[in-house]
Amino acid sequence: MSVTPEDIEKVALLARLSISESALPEVTERFSKVLDLVDELNTINTDGVVPMSNPHDMTQRLRADTVTSHNTREALMASAPAQDSGYFLVPKVID
Amino acid sequence: MNWEIVMGLEVHLQLATQSKIFSGSATQFGAEPNCQADPVDLGMPGMLPVLNEEAVRHAVTFGLGIGAKIGERSVFDRKNYFYPDLPKGYQVSQFFAPIVCEGVFDVAMPDGSLLPIRITRAHLEEDAGKSVHDIFPRETGIDLNRAGTPLLEIVTEPDFRTAEQAVAYLKALHSLVTYLGISDGNMAEGSMRCDINISLRERGTDALGTRTEIKNVNSFRFVERAIHVECERQADILDSGGRIIQETRLYDAEQNVTRSMRSKEVANDYRYFPEPDLLPIEIDADYIEAVRATLPELPGAKRNRFVSDYGLSEYDATLLVPNHAMASFFEAVVDHCHAAKPAANWILGDLSGALNRADIAIEHSPLSAQQLAGLISRIEDGTLSSKLAKQVFDAMWEGLGDADEIIESRGLKQVSDAGALETMVAEVIAANPDQVAQYVAADEAKRKKLSGFFVGQIMKASQGQANPQLLNQLLLEKLDAQS
Repeated sequence: MSVTPEDIEKVALLARLSISESALPEVTERFSKVLDLVDELNTINTDGVVPMSNPHDMTQRLRADTVTSHNTREALMASAPAQDSGYFLVPKVID
Repeated sequence: MNWEIVMGLEVHLQLATQSKIFSGSATQFGAEPNCQADPVDLGMPGMLPVLNEEAVRHAVTFGLGIGAKIGERSVFDRKNYFYPDLPKGYQVSQFFAPIVCEGVFDVAMPDGSLLPIRITRAHLEEDAGKSVHDIFPRETGIDLNRAGTPLLEIVTEPDFRTAEQAVAYLKALHSLVTYLGISDGNMAEGSMRCDINISLRERGTDALGTRTEIKNVNSFRFVERAIHVECERQADILDSGGRIIQETRLYDAEQNVTRSMRSKEVANDYRYFPEPDLLPIEIDADYIEAVRATLPELPGAKRNRFVSDYGLSEYDATLLVPNHAMASFFEAVVDHCHAAKPAANWILGDLSGALNRADIAIEHSPLSAQQLAGLISRIEDGTLSSKLAKQVFDAMWEGLGDADEIIESRGLKQVSDAGALETMVAEVIAANPDQVAQYVAADEAKRKKLSGFFVGQIMKASQGQANPQLLNQLLLEKLDAQS
């Protein structure tokens, strides 16, 4: 097995996923299988192959620097669970 | 223990664009909360980013400005972390293939020497929104106007050994980017924010110590103070046998301490991967040459030219050049009056003083370059003494007209007519026989002092308008003729 339950707990925390104690062994096993497959792919010789960052063989089109969006705050805030004085509200964040 | 400081800096520079890096929202500072945030900035499902060409051009301009290598093919990546002011749960940045690769930036130190700082990279990214903690008692407010503002993050190698070097670098960088026109450089509005990576090691050793990162310092003064207090803190820990914990800290300017940002500790694993919503940016040689052709004269070259062409001292040139508007003002003044050294003195002295007192930037000076040149011309041609010139300057500052108008209306012309001055000298000598006798009896050293009395009397009689050089010459001739 290529990953430990502790690895899974750490990754889950980073991704803000909650994985119950009882599900942990199964998730660990399935996760390991995916990584084992990647390990297998890693055995292929890719010398001289340029790393691909996007499957489309194109480059980025650029946009002119002009303001095209205008204030639609009211509409965009309509679906927010909490708001006040033009701000979205979230539970208190303390640093 | 004798500790050596080792520092590297990361500067987040807000690029001067009308719209955001990936959306058509405005970037103007100071708008009502969330009025400049569209569905792309809010990370609404299905929204796709489209890259702003001006942000790319500014990044390439910066790279060429420091002689760095431009990434022919650069790629955006997702930097993953959760925070309420980052709606998508990731920041679009460049990790594996930045747009600006390694370069060297020569920083002019206050003593005139050059300090070469290695730039590791500079990459494009989007800014996050703003969290407001002090308006609502039980909640945090989120303003996404800043989300998606284009940033260039400029990263150095750990090349700094003193706070002075770090501040000199930041000032030189600020000067460079305002010359290049890629940022307004307004630090109070957060256009230039600095993260400081800082560690200590025993002087004479090579290995790097454990570092801490001080986040988001936004003034030159705070950078200097933050470095001093963090070094003291680390030295205290190391001297008492402790270990430095690698962590992110915040500088609290009110208490003058750095504090650990505990919440960021766990999340320091960003799991970067290529951003599938954006294609690679390709920059070819033609584009690079086209941008290079638009580069203005940069601060270093201008400083050298001010010394060689205008005969300014290194010191004056170093003071005039960093502020692009001040350098331009200087050249405009010299264009009109052809007197470089006096122009530098007036700009760095009286004009800067008046501007500072009124808190006005030189580009908004109530006194134009042409007006100041007019004043300097009247000093150069002997119409005004330096004392009278200050009166004229004050009147011009008050908006009372050009130098010639003020000289005319106040009758401030310096008396440089030798005949008129001779008459005054003769009158004062005749009226003060006792002082003349003292002068005649005195030795060379004392005579100099005693002649001051006569100068004072004549200045009084002429209401300050006697040409001091000519007066001195005539007076000494007359006095010496008495003995």
